[in-house]
Amino acid sequence: MNQNRFCDHRLETKQLTLAYDGVPVVRNLNLGIPTGKITVLVGANGCGKSTLLRGLARLLKPKGGMVYLDGKAIFQLSGKTVAKKLGMLPQSPIAPEGLTVRDLVAMGRYPYQSWLQQWSSEDEQKVKEALDITTMTELADRPLDNLSGGQRQKAWIAMVLAQDTDILLLDEPTTFLDLAHQVDLLDLLYELHQQQGKTIVMILHDLNLACRYGDYLVAIQQGKVYATGTPERVMTEEMVREVFGLECRIVADPVADTPMCIPMGCKVKSDILRH
Amino acid sequence: MLTTEKNSYLRQQRKHLQLFTGLLLAGLILWLSLLASIAWGAADISFKDIYQAFTAFDGSSSHLIIRTVRLPRSLIAMLVGAALAIAGAIMQGLTRNPLASPSILGVNAGAALAVVVGTFILGSNSLSVYAWFAFAGAAISAITVYLLGSIGRGGLTPFNLTIAGAAITAFISSITSAILILSQRTLEEIRFWLAGSVAGRDMNLLWQVLPYICIGLILALALSKQITILSLGEDTARSLGQSTALIKILAAISIILLAGASVAIAGPIGFVGLIVPHIVRFLVGVDYRWILPYCAIFGAIIVLNADLLGRLVVRPTELPVGLVMPLIGAPFFIYLIRWKLHNS
Repeated sequence: MNQNRFCDHRLETKQLTLAYDGVPVVRNLNLGIPTGKITVLVGANGCGKSTLLRGLARLLKPKGGMVYLDGKAIFQLSGKTVAKKLGMLPQSPIAPEGLTVRDLVAMGRYPYQSWLQQWSSEDEQKVKEALDITTMTELADRPLDNLSGGQRQKAWIAMVLAQDTDILLLDEPTTFLDLAHQVDLLDLLYELHQQQGKTIVMILHDLNLACRYGDYLVAIQQGKVYATGTPERVMTEEMVREVFGLECRIVADPVADTPMCIPMGCKVKSDILRH
Repeated sequence: MLTTEKNSYLRQQRKHLQLFTGLLLAGLILWLSLLASIAWGAADISFKDIYQAFTAFDGSSSHLIIRTVRLPRSLIAMLVGAALAIAGAIMQGLTRNPLASPSILGVNAGAALAVVVGTFILGSNSLSVYAWFAFAGAAISAITVYLLGSIGRGGLTPFNLTIAGAAITAFISSITSAILILSQRTLEEIRFWLAGSVAGRDMNLLWQVLPYICIGLILALALSKQITILSLGEDTARSLGQSTALIKILAAISIILLAGASVAIAGPIGFVGLIVPHIVRFLVGVDYRWILPYCAIFGAIIVLNADLLGRLVVRPTELPVGLVMPLIGAPFFIYLIRWKLHNS
């Protein structure tokens, strides 16, 4: 396993401790996000994945340690400086009723605007590109609340793309989408990664899709990193047992040859005993 | 592809043109309402007289009524309407709570109590003193409602905030009543003011609160774009690089100046801050750079006409505008809620 592939880190944490209401959720975490790769955070509900992502996005002030962006402590950079390098899509983002796709995507240009510099032709261009790549141009003048779940999620992705950042942090971008739309959305992200070399960090619940689309997996167990590395390295029966408390078999994905997790569950066990 | 783009660019241009035309039209309605408000009342005055009162003032009784009674009253009604509507719009945008408004979240009640306490203790009836009491009262009750709403289960949800506002409003109003029952003198001095009225104010009073309202309005308009961004939620706004804490503090200062100054000069007038932003959002959409100017003009039109109505329906006496507003506002509000429920 060649670990040198992952040695370049623009975004990293050192001894990071994050807490909600004084209760530490992430403890003394050291983690480097490989530049130009797709990193997927996996872990059980409530293990601290979302908290970690919010910490990486400068939305949560660390109790201890620090997040570094390009070697600088992220809380010493201004909000707009960070927003030009790093875009974040929260888990269920909210939009006011009646907001159109174009208006939403245009808001992604906020970090580049000031009291004097309002709307530039570059802003116009970036919004157009973001709409094009997410295939939302046709729907640009539709209100967000008239769209399907998949289209709405693409509109939000377009907003983050208009922000024109090298790094994207996505908190469960596929929640509430059916399988076809999940794959559709992940294909879009993969395309962005391939064409523009974007660094993507996302949380996914589907382990098989995580292995398929992730270059790098981070398994988190109760606020600590349990394992990191390529899907082949991280996705083991032991990891799934320890991190998710689930018995499973790991087989090769017949389509992509990446690891695939087949859960055991009670039904199968009793069936096996019966035979 | 190219035609879609061109079309949507044109559509965008047309939308802005429409919004701008609408704003001019609203301005025209406001102008007509102002004329009506100056002309009609206990004594009717011709439009010719109004014109002459400003161009060729001759000291006649109708000219005097226009310049010392009707004009200040109308200008104050406009100012208060604009201030309350904008304060309401910012509160709704900031809290993402469709029920937020200076009257429902206790800001008006707090300002009113502070003025009553001021009158009770100091016996002062100078408006510049009222104004500072009103600002302090508005600020304290706003902060209390905010804190009370935050400690409820689930944090600062629209529901918790509204309940906290209702509770504080009820609590504050009962203290206000208690003071008024204890002190007959205070009651006599501010009975009419407390119902919410723009009658019997002269230009002097207007000049005293004008600076505060102007600062509040300018601050609000300067923040309009920031409030649009903040309406995407705290996390999204912050990850776009906005310093949300700073924006919220500035917005709160603007709300307190606008609502506090309105209460100081005209007493607590309800429903303006609640319904005007809803009407405006229905017409102009989600961009606060349009919502706020529209709110200012619509708020002014509504309070001006409510005051006019209060003068006309029970001639020769009159109803204070604070009592007319609920008569217009409540049915409209019920319609609004039903329409919203129906559509969602």
